[in-house]
Amino acid sequence: MSNHDLILSVPAPARPWRERLGSAVPLLVLGPSLVASLVYVFVFTGWTLYISLSNSSLLPSYDFVGLENYASLWANRRWNIAYNNLFLFSGFYIVGSMAVGLLLAILIDQRVRGEAVWRTIFLYPLAVSFIVTGTVWSWLYNPTDGIQAMVRGLGWTNFSFALASDRHHAIYAVIITGVWQSSGFAMALFLAGLRSVDSDLVKAAQIDGASTFRIYRKVLLPTIAPIFLAVAVIQIQFAIKTFDLVAALTKGGPGISTTFPAIYVYDLMFQRGQIGEGAAAAIMMLAALAVVLVPYSFWVVWRRRKEAGHG
Amino acid sequence: MVDAALDRSLDHRAATVTARRHLLTRLVIYGLLVVFAAIYLVPLLVVVLNSFRDQQEIARNGLISLPRSFRLEAWSQAWSTYCIGGTCEGMQRNFYNSLKMTIPATIISTTVGAMNGYILSKWRFKGSEALFTLMLLGVFIPGQISLMPWAFILGNLGLSNSTYGLIVIHVIQGISFTTLFCRNYYVSIPDDLIKAARIDGAGFWRIFRKIILPLSSPILIVTVIWQFTGIWNEYLFGVVFTSGQQQPITAALVALTASGTNVRAYDVMSAAVLIGALPPLLIYLFGGKYFVRGLTQGAIK
Repeated sequence: MSNHDLILSVPAPARPWRERLGSAVPLLVLGPSLVASLVYVFVFTGWTLYISLSNSSLLPSYDFVGLENYASLWANRRWNIAYNNLFLFSGFYIVGSMAVGLLLAILIDQRVRGEAVWRTIFLYPLAVSFIVTGTVWSWLYNPTDGIQAMVRGLGWTNFSFALASDRHHAIYAVIITGVWQSSGFAMALFLAGLRSVDSDLVKAAQIDGASTFRIYRKVLLPTIAPIFLAVAVIQIQFAIKTFDLVAALTKGGPGISTTFPAIYVYDLMFQRGQIGEGAAAAIMMLAALAVVLVPYSFWVVWRRRKEAGHG
Repeated sequence: MVDAALDRSLDHRAATVTARRHLLTRLVIYGLLVVFAAIYLVPLLVVVLNSFRDQQEIARNGLISLPRSFRLEAWSQAWSTYCIGGTCEGMQRNFYNSLKMTIPATIISTTVGAMNGYILSKWRFKGSEALFTLMLLGVFIPGQISLMPWAFILGNLGLSNSTYGLIVIHVIQGISFTTLFCRNYYVSIPDDLIKAARIDGAGFWRIFRKIILPLSSPILIVTVIWQFTGIWNEYLFGVVFTSGQQQPITAALVALTASGTNVRAYDVMSAAVLIGALPPLLIYLFGGKYFVRGLTQGAIK
């Protein structure tokens, strides 16, 4: 109705100055937030980069000291543990949430009853913060009050489940909780992908007598391959930025066993007043992200070009 | 004749085998779904039940057990009287802080994102694609990179330890996301529609109001849900740039659970956790359907 109005409306004769002003409106509207975003991306990153090369301690200073902060960062055992944890966590977390997410998506895709209910159940953790999830799971992992206590109460008295309080395995407690939180998100994207596959492809395979398993392996999953990559890239970002989950779940402990780069940056900057080294650690986080995202964005651009070329 | 009968009985047997296999597959499917649903629901159930149980009973029977008591006091304590770090006002102030932070930041960043998306898709100019790509980088920057610059800027603006400071941060940080979402969605609106309107003399604002906005609800829902839950659930900036009574609810929750006296007050903490989780959960329950649909329609490409 409103579109109709618009098309029928008679244009007022535009005066030249108004026209000129009119063509500037988009730029004027876009300008402020564009500048703010670019400052956020480039000035902030450059600023932190510069601080990482300075001898800032409690307050920022701009005396250039080269790579000293990086050297002392990498000489620190806790940082090395943190960086190792990041890789261990990212690997298991991404594979875990994608595996669970894919399984759930395929299960739901079998024309089950009450699809919306299942979907809601698997997806609700996405709405909840890592703080809430981490807090609640820290209770469940607590040996005297949580899962261990419950199973022992049922009669299995030497049952042991103290994942989060054991320094060798606490990282797996973080991984399990992370997978619990985010596999629903992977499920939603996979399910949407499966539904978007041309149904003629599936029908053709069915006529050829292919089993359901074979149809998934040979037709459906290869078709949604780009979704695997997209899910992985989104999850990697969560993994590298992981701060809240660990802060609420293990606080980096027991000892320093579940320290993550994000936790370490926070400690250096705001607990110990070593801003320079903290900035260096933050830059290393950005570097880890770039290692993943730069190749991915090139791949996306390459694929778009290819598709455009074919179209 | 005999052959035919044999055929039919073979058919019949094959059919029962298929039917049995089918039944088995269905059982496995539903069995797995139920197991996973239990894994997803139990933590929620545990928190909900414990928020109504008596603390002594929790201490005696553990967190995961059927409730044998029922009381509402934990909720009122968590809301208004429980002590966090010396102040005994419960979570209410932090809850309001989070609301005061999340609602304006969501509205502003969504509005700006819609305008940006509209311009970057329908009023392209030389270099606008390149600018869009540069803006997009903001999606990937980890918060840790911006901590020092924000500390400096908020300090100079006199906004440290205030909800307004957090609003500024979340708006600037959110613009990359909201612009990305809206731009990718608006690209699919046919340009001819815009061209026709321009020929008829409609200007920038009029086209936005009469053509773009009426078509926007799917993407605006996605953007609002994304921003609201993201900002409500954010912890890093909250804990770094505010303290005590100015803290948003996530930071207060961590302070509350860490302020461990001798006995962990699981009943109050459970209620507090639920108070902190409720707003995004409600938004998700009412809007989740549209969220998933919108997300897969265009937001993530």
